[in-house]
Amino acid sequence: MGETLPVDAELVELLQARDDAAFTLVVDAWSPGMLRLARSFVSTDESAREVLQDTWIAVIAELHSFQGRSALRTWVYRILVNAAKRRAQQESRSVPWSSWAPVPAERDEPTVDPARFQGPTEDYPGHWREFPRAWPSPESEALAAEVRAVLTRALEHLPARQRMVVTLRDIEGYRSDEVCEILAISAANQRVLLHRARAALRGILEAFFTPDEAERPAKEVSR
Amino acid sequence: MNGLDCQDVVELVTSYLDDALDAQQARRVREHLAECDGCAAYLDQARATIAALSRLDPDPLDATTRAKLFAALRETPR
Repeated sequence: MGETLPVDAELVELLQARDDAAFTLVVDAWSPGMLRLARSFVSTDESAREVLQDTWIAVIAELHSFQGRSALRTWVYRILVNAAKRRAQQESRSVPWSSWAPVPAERDEPTVDPARFQGPTEDYPGHWREFPRAWPSPESEALAAEVRAVLTRALEHLPARQRMVVTLRDIEGYRSDEVCEILAISAANQRVLLHRARAALRGILEAFFTPDEAERPAKEVSR
Repeated sequence: MNGLDCQDVVELVTSYLDDALDAQQARRVREHLAECDGCAAYLDQARATIAALSRLDPDPLDATTRAKLFAALRETPR
């Protein structure tokens, strides 16, 4: 895992020439992230592992047709998502893959509790009652590990489509156009899902870093 | 300020960070952020959230999974 992968063109050439060392390097480097993404489509770890295996077998079979129009990793992830969707359909999971459009609530509902803003009869309607406070930077490894644990748990509770988009964008580091390509969704839908996911995770980190802050609005709304 | 209140701005941060707002809207958000410490703090928190997510490395494959995977791939005709 520590080894650096060759640049794309070189990598594709090595893989197409059936270079075993290059193949092992790529499988080791990308599989952990791929397995994590697959897991958000299917219902068991076992299914996710099968999706991962099916994906690499398909990659081997189709590598000759890879034309470099997108990055190799993006192309591999696209194959993974297709394999994961097929598997999810077999499991008849309830996520409706045909409609990636955010549900109306995702598009329209505020992502921050309205009670944190002043109401129409107050001095500055729509403005913060109390400013959000700065968070400590997670300098110690213990705190950083706690933050990772909080986020990992929170991700599991996000709606599946939000989880997929935020996983690809912010954890895997794909650009928005790449995420749209991998998941076959529109730029607008990608952004709505990302926005909600990030806002929910920000709220959870806020409750972790400044627990009194997250509780305050409830008290103020009753006055 | 300029027509955008804080409640609007918090819903625009994702588009703002993606450079997905039109020029006029982006300018209004920028101007609001320059004057509003609350929204600037909110944006910092959004950025901190993204940074924390980028540090979530996946667990490496466990040895059994990895061995099974490579065994299956070795059997795949190339």
